Amino acid sequence: MLTNRRFVAVASFLVLLALVPLLARFVGGEAFWIKFATRVMIYAIAAVSLDLILGFGGMVSFGHAAFLGVGAYAVGILSAEGIANGFVQWPVAILASALIAAAIGAISLMTRGVYFIMITLAFSQMLYFLGVSLTAYGGDDGMRLANRSRFPGLIDLSGDVTFFYVVLAILIGALVAGHRLVNSRFGMVIQGCRSNERRMRAIGFPTFRYKLAAFVISGVMCGIAGALLANLTAFVSPSEMHWTRSGEIMVMVIMGGMGSLFGPVLGAAGLLVLEEILSSHTQHWQAILGPILVLLVLFAKRGLFGLIDGKSAEKPAGLTGHG
Amino acid sequence: MTLSLFLTQALNGVQFGVMLFLMAAGLTLVFGIMNLVNLAHGSLYMMGAYFLAALVPVTGNFFVAAVLAVAASLALGIVVELIALRTLYRRDHLDQVLCTFGLILFFNEIVRMIWGATALFVQPPPILSGFVQLLPGVIYPVYRLTIMGVGLAVAIFLYWLNGHTRLGMLIRAGASNRAMVGALGVNITLLYTLVFGLGAALAGLAGVMAGPILSVQSGMGDSILILTFVVIVIGGIGSIRGALVASILVGVVDTVGRVFLPLVLGAVFSPATSSKVGPAIASMSIYILMAAILFFRPQGLFPAHR
Repeated sequence: MLTNRRFVAVASFLVLLALVPLLARFVGGEAFWIKFATRVMIYAIAAVSLDLILGFGGMVSFGHAAFLGVGAYAVGILSAEGIANGFVQWPVAILASALIAAAIGAISLMTRGVYFIMITLAFSQMLYFLGVSLTAYGGDDGMRLANRSRFPGLIDLSGDVTFFYVVLAILIGALVAGHRLVNSRFGMVIQGCRSNERRMRAIGFPTFRYKLAAFVISGVMCGIAGALLANLTAFVSPSEMHWTRSGEIMVMVIMGGMGSLFGPVLGAAGLLVLEEILSSHTQHWQAILGPILVLLVLFAKRGLFGLIDGKSAEKPAGLTGHG
Repeated sequence: MTLSLFLTQALNGVQFGVMLFLMAAGLTLVFGIMNLVNLAHGSLYMMGAYFLAALVPVTGNFFVAAVLAVAASLALGIVVELIALRTLYRRDHLDQVLCTFGLILFFNEIVRMIWGATALFVQPPPILSGFVQLLPGVIYPVYRLTIMGVGLAVAIFLYWLNGHTRLGMLIRAGASNRAMVGALGVNITLLYTLVFGLGAALAGLAGVMAGPILSVQSGMGDSILILTFVVIVIGGIGSIRGALVASILVGVVDTVGRVFLPLVLGAVFSPATSSKVGPAIASMSIYILMAAILFFRPQGLFPAHR
């Protein structure tokens, strides 16, 4: 799947990423850079999870931030109830996002095309409002966590550098898992559904179940990213579930290169760096980012990852609504 | 907690539904005909409200300002169509979503640059600012009744336009087979621009009418946009009739649910539980409604014939 140039690019990017804590020491502003790189990696996990169903499965979910929120709130609510043990928090975050992804997926996947886009959007907005109305857990303002998840006897996450490497390990794990998944029989079926679901059904695959399974896997991966996000900032708020966040994750996927696993990682880095640069120059950075997105969609569909070897990324077919 | 409260809230629900209908009609037309998912529809609504807020002090007359604001929304819609959206008709939905998402970011920020981050307020015109007694004990603002009247007029206008004019005929023909309509000598590009302009004007009208009720601020189009999506998904994408039924349904369920669900829950559970759970369930009610309807009718209540 990976060309040589791509492999070199991926490897050097990951090595560079791993060196961020060291490099930051020379540049200065160490705490900022480490936290920023951690945030990039967390969003990269979320973007990879979306790409699994969007790029490979042709399911245009516009509500993926919901799972970010579910994962974050699972950690946040348990923490507020006095359970800071990560051995409880993280499995609960995974279980909660799996259940909610199964429920949302079961209803949404009965529909096609633009209905699917709008329904996933509406469900994520529903969870957003649920978060806003949870006044016991901060409501609109969100809530602060007392500390990061505790893994007694395993690891202490309270140091930013330790946390950085844990997130890096999870990101690499997610990429490896994604790579194996995409190239497995299951992944082939999912990609077959993207190209022509009716034909897959005719061959005899129960496509609904396959797509639902992919949706749940993707939701869980994004839920893990949410749990990490809550740990990074020790803060949970409904704004993580807002639909603009879903849009941003989607932009990361497109910007990096849809249908390639590493593309979303580059996209996450690209978008967050762009946001950081623009917002340091003007408070009205969104007025610049918006048109950039428009131009990107109109003229640079292959994404950053497509630029690396100059070869056109395989254009995923079947996104137009045959689903 | 009486019949009069219930009636007032039900009317508020209908009024909200009418606003949603104005949004949904434009969105569903644009989708049904051009196959374009336009997230920036909410931005046009917001711009309508801002145009009104800017024009009222200039013209000194609410009605003149309102007409001008709708005209400005129409013009803005056409400009946006010409510059950005025209190239998207043949792209897939994902491209459309992303591109119009970029437009939302742009518009939300532009209004902040021009009019500032604080909310603007518009007074309803004096002639519409009173109350009227509908039934003994039920008084209702004239302005909200006016909104319902305007919405009804628009519904009738659209029905007439769609079913009884040459333009409507072309629109329906274009929806079912654009290539054939083009081959018959109709300027389909112009037709599309007109339809998009009509949708933009309707969104602007909704924004204009919302101006005096809500605060005019950046991002005000986003929340109504999502509700509009819920409406057209429930109603069936591309169907104006479906949009009308679904928007009234959503408007009433949302408004009435917000007021009465906590009360109903309070009768069953302890006050502490109901005050916690009530608002949460109420804010989710229309999404649950949508899920239930889609479970039984995945194409919505009135699937458009395509």
